[in-house]
Amino acid sequence: MSDYEAMTRAYRRAGGDPQVLRSPECASLIVNKNRILGKRKVEGIRIFQTEELPKGVKITLVTQKGYRIEKPVYLCFGILPERGLQEIYTDVRIADGSSITLIAHCTFPNAVKIKHIMSACVRIGKKAFLGYHETHYHGERGGAEVIPKGKIYIDKGGRLDTSFTLITGRVGKLRIDYEAKAIERAVAELVARVYGKGDDDIWIKEKAILDGPYAKSLIKTRVAVKDRAKTEAIGITEGNAPFSRGHVDCIEIVQGRAKAKALPLVEAKDDRARVTHEAAIGSIDKIQLETIMARGLSKEEAIDVVVKGMLK
Amino acid sequence: MLEVKDLRLTLNGNPILREINLEVRKGEIHTILGVNGAGKSSLAYCLMGSEGYRPQKGEIRFLGKDITGLSISERARMGLTLAWQESARFEGLSAREYLSLGMENRKDEERINHALELVALNPKEFLVRAVDKTLSGGERKRIELASVIAMGPKLAILDEPDSGIDMLSLDDILNVIKSMRKEGSTILLITHREEMASISDRVSLMCDGLILKTGKPKEEIDYFKLHCKPCPTHKFPSELEE
Repeated sequence: MSDYEAMTRAYRRAGGDPQVLRSPECASLIVNKNRILGKRKVEGIRIFQTEELPKGVKITLVTQKGYRIEKPVYLCFGILPERGLQEIYTDVRIADGSSITLIAHCTFPNAVKIKHIMSACVRIGKKAFLGYHETHYHGERGGAEVIPKGKIYIDKGGRLDTSFTLITGRVGKLRIDYEAKAIERAVAELVARVYGKGDDDIWIKEKAILDGPYAKSLIKTRVAVKDRAKTEAIGITEGNAPFSRGHVDCIEIVQGRAKAKALPLVEAKDDRARVTHEAAIGSIDKIQLETIMARGLSKEEAIDVVVKGMLK
Repeated sequence: MLEVKDLRLTLNGNPILREINLEVRKGEIHTILGVNGAGKSSLAYCLMGSEGYRPQKGEIRFLGKDITGLSISERARMGLTLAWQESARFEGLSAREYLSLGMENRKDEERINHALELVALNPKEFLVRAVDKTLSGGERKRIELASVIAMGPKLAILDEPDSGIDMLSLDDILNVIKSMRKEGSTILLITHREEMASISDRVSLMCDGLILKTGKPKEEIDYFKLHCKPCPTHKFPSELEE
């Protein structure tokens, strides 16, 4: 089997549909370790440069001003062997008035000792839109260490919608560190959903800096942990400008001997700003469980329904 | 269909249910009518097997089988279910998914649509709605009833199905209960409102953890209005008559 075929199979394991990687209508990029296996550019993307590095790849993506790219861009990053290192450096510029959605699947199906580092620098122009939705699959052995870091700047009236999802298989060790700075009337929405099992170790830090009037943000974190897994979710919002609005919303469900910590940190530097937070940690609500059990499902099935719903 | 014999429940040293005896017959709408604090919901939890509501004494028989020691799931699989007074909310779970949970064929869209229509919710709008905090209390309650309809249980315990739903909808709720019976479910209706009890075949009056008496709706509703609202005595009917 070629590396390309193996990667597309792994892509499916991560929840992606390999057909989209072959579609001429969609831009796509397939990377195994530090090798680029496939790449397609579509109209509306001004620059789509890739460079193979000794330990990974460097990607530069720039959109055309005012161009709305209708179909998502599909990205597939992975490491097929049991061991390895992958470093992904991305520089994304969403030009003024343009719009693009990136759907990334990161897959390490055989991970025993894998390290994946992603460092992203993103600039979203005036009234531009970036959707960045990332789904991970780290295999069943908990042997992955994944460190995504992102710094995002959102210009006047721009919008960022981003989500990180890792709910199938094991997590391993996860360190998310995202920071979004929003200027006047810009909007940032950062969502993370993770399900930790075994001895998985999850650390999520997401920060929104509301530096312009009427800037808005939502940091939403949903984590479920069971067995001996542990999680710490830090949601930070700074309301630095008049009429900026931010909210941090964190729910963590703990089962078995797992441990969870939530640290919402909200700060206002302008008396007209409003930043709020809500955080809840605990076992699954008894009434939720019993309501589902009263429809004939076992306790384990009921837990599964509640957890998967929350992480959806 | 359901027989309860000498059921006793004590919580934190307080007697909640005291020697409850009750019979629910197949095909009937049987109402447990009582003021707040009478122990009606505790009886419902006890019948369903809710955690923390295991009786210290007595027996619950359903379809001729002793179910006192069975779990909620086991009871539900036999065809017994409960619509809780306070409906739980589920983030990320659509009404379609929620309603299908108790169905034998989870892909039976027609049944799901029918259940929503019966509770006067438009399937086009509500199938995709999440059963979470975005629903109003009344909508959530209707979805709870719809999920019981979709399940099609042999015996449905409805704990205050009208709570949280506005007065104008009371007739709708009563019609829903009648429809459930028409579709083959026996109903054990729990309420503190005598208007709800009017559609019953039989009514059991409950007070202070006891079933005082069981009889025809009119007699029991009249008795309830006269002696239970307010209830200054906590006396048995025989004591009152003396």
